[in-house]
Amino acid sequence: MNNNSVVISLQQIKKIYDMGGVEEVQALRGVSLEIQKNEYVAIMGPSGSGKSTLMNIIGCLDTPTSGLYEFNTVNVSEMNDNQLARVRNKEIGFVFQTFNLLARSDALHNVELPLIYAGVPSVDRKRMAREALEHVGLGDRIHHKPNELSGGQRQRVAVARALVNRPSILLADEPTGNLDSKTGDEIMILFEELHRQGNTIILVTHEEYIAEHAYRIIRIRDGMVESDTPVERRAKVLAAVS
Amino acid sequence: MVSLFEFREGLSVSLRALRANKMRSVLTMIGIAFGIWAVTMMATAIEGVGRAFEKSTSAFGSKVVYIQKFAWASGEEEWWKSRNRRNMKVEYADYILHHATLIDAVAPAVATFKDASFGSRTMIAAFITGTTHYYQEASGTTIAEGRFFSQEESDGGRPVCAIGANVAETLFPNIDPIDQVIKVGGFPYRVLAVFEKQGGMFGAFTSDNRIYIPIRSFMNQFGTRRDVTLNVRVAQSADIEDAKEELRGIMRKVRQLNVGQEDDFRINEQELLNRLFRSITAVIASIGFFITGLALFVGGIGIMNIMYVSVSERTKEIGIRKAIGARRRTILFQFLAESAIICMIGGLIGLLFAFPSSLLLNQVLPTAMPLSVVFVALIVSALVGIVSGFLPAYKAAKMDPVEALRYE
Ligand SMILES: Nc1ncnc2c1ncn2[C@@H]1O[C@H](COP(=O)(O)OP(=O)(O)OP(=O)(O)O)[C@@H](O)[C@H]1O
Ligand SMILES: [Mg+2]
Repeated sequence: MNNNSVVISLQQIKKIYDMGGVEEVQALRGVSLEIQKNEYVAIMGPSGSGKSTLMNIIGCLDTPTSGLYEFNTVNVSEMNDNQLARVRNKEIGFVFQTFNLLARSDALHNVELPLIYAGVPSVDRKRMAREALEHVGLGDRIHHKPNELSGGQRQRVAVARALVNRPSILLADEPTGNLDSKTGDEIMILFEELHRQGNTIILVTHEEYIAEHAYRIIRIRDGMVESDTPVERRAKVLAAVS
Repeated sequence: MVSLFEFREGLSVSLRALRANKMRSVLTMIGIAFGIWAVTMMATAIEGVGRAFEKSTSAFGSKVVYIQKFAWASGEEEWWKSRNRRNMKVEYADYILHHATLIDAVAPAVATFKDASFGSRTMIAAFITGTTHYYQEASGTTIAEGRFFSQEESDGGRPVCAIGANVAETLFPNIDPIDQVIKVGGFPYRVLAVFEKQGGMFGAFTSDNRIYIPIRSFMNQFGTRRDVTLNVRVAQSADIEDAKEELRGIMRKVRQLNVGQEDDFRINEQELLNRLFRSITAVIASIGFFITGLALFVGGIGIMNIMYVSVSERTKEIGIRKAIGARRRTILFQFLAESAIICMIGGLIGLLFAFPSSLLLNQVLPTAMPLSVVFVALIVSALVGIVSGFLPAYKAAKMDPVEALRYE
């Protein structure tokens, strides 16, 4: 792979929460890493180590206190609100641990929402949202509200929403954290498939068996990268079989 | 700009939010509805007063000036001065008619209040005007039925009269007044004409409550020591200023005033009244709109309050929307749309109540809620929504997505 395919480049990213007065929380203390197109990366680490903070920065939801973040070679700190909104809308699909679906809207409308903000005409929008839901196996649940769906189904709606605008990167912060291992596996099979289709995937997880679906594992501790290693093929084969 | 799709999404989100919080929305709307109702009624009332005034003063006609002892709009000082002036005399009329070149009619008029009766029906304190056959020409009145008295009848002091619409209604509820004989201050008068109804609240100015009789009969029966008004019609309304100047010269001669003496008469015209009226209504209107505007302002505060609640309740939703690509202006628009819609529905409710109220008002004032008021009221309520919704909406728009998402 050549340098052109670096989609995410972090250099010395720090995130410091000023708690007022002398107190401050150093959530990230200088993280540097590069992620290439079509990589499948798992981020692991103990609770409070800064994984979510890092994901939010990568997803352009949060801004680092210092350091350089280049997304597709563009310096994110120089983007204005509209450009950031566009990146969140079109380039990045974010799957949250807590689903973050609009409670009052049905599955179809939830999935349609990024398309609305992208300015896709209604007819295409409905079709694309429906296709995305079918793709995650929810073709028969499109008019269900989140509270009428199981946890796994909600997470799949969230995945469909993240993917509907065909982003180049899928970010998932503990997507299986609230699911039992069986439904977790369903989501992982979905990710596997997305990865095969050429998507770049970054996934935060606490579970080793989930992380082993990825091709690279980055371990974070106390706001710093502790290790960054490729996953052995053996685990991949196991995952593919299951 | 916000795209059409974002626009539609904004509207449908707002409507859904309103439906989800029916009670709260309705209560907030009541505030706005009341404000809009009050402002609308104020506007309608002012419009009504204006109309009433116009109707009343159309009796004067824009070509007619009135030579009198008193100025219509004067300060207290001038009023005291004018009390001591010599009275106007009927004879001036002929003199003016023969010497002025820019006028085509002069009618002297004297007035008093007398009871008028026909059979068992009586009109207490009818406004009796003694004048000449020129009056019809020299005033802007229109006769509905019959004819005004002629020069012979006028000069001869015949017992004939022309009556206003209200007089006709009071004395002759069932029969045709023409050629009936009524009693005016105890003297018999035959009705020759009935005037068209002018309406309006300034009854004294209109012909509605008046009975016109020949000035000679008036003088004979009700006394001569009365102040006279000279109604003068200017031939061309464009000449009105020149005509006033000419009349002033003639009047000074008639009153035998020396060069240094000031005028002891006034040439009044409708414009004077209009000016006076406009300045009075402007004051009333600004006080009225200020007070009713306060009601709307309080309604606006209510909207702002409820929008802050709505924004903080939906912090999470805002975070979600931002995370998947909503721009600041999209969120801003969404909340502005919500408060504008609340206010516009409130405004519509206010108008809904204002309409029957304006019909009630119409009992006292010749008014109708003008269509423009409807549009203005809706625009005003939308504006109130946008203004009072702005701060909450702005707060929502500039929320940090991560913090908003973390909100429980
Ligand atoms: N808004 C905030 N204000 C102050 N401190 C914060 C804030 N957000 C996160 N932190 C702190 O930053 C550190 C990293 O938090 P982060 O949420 O990234 O952890 P995490 O690795 O995702 O943990 P978990 O596995 O439990 O989700 C924590 O110590 C946390 O307390
Ligand atoms: Mg976390």
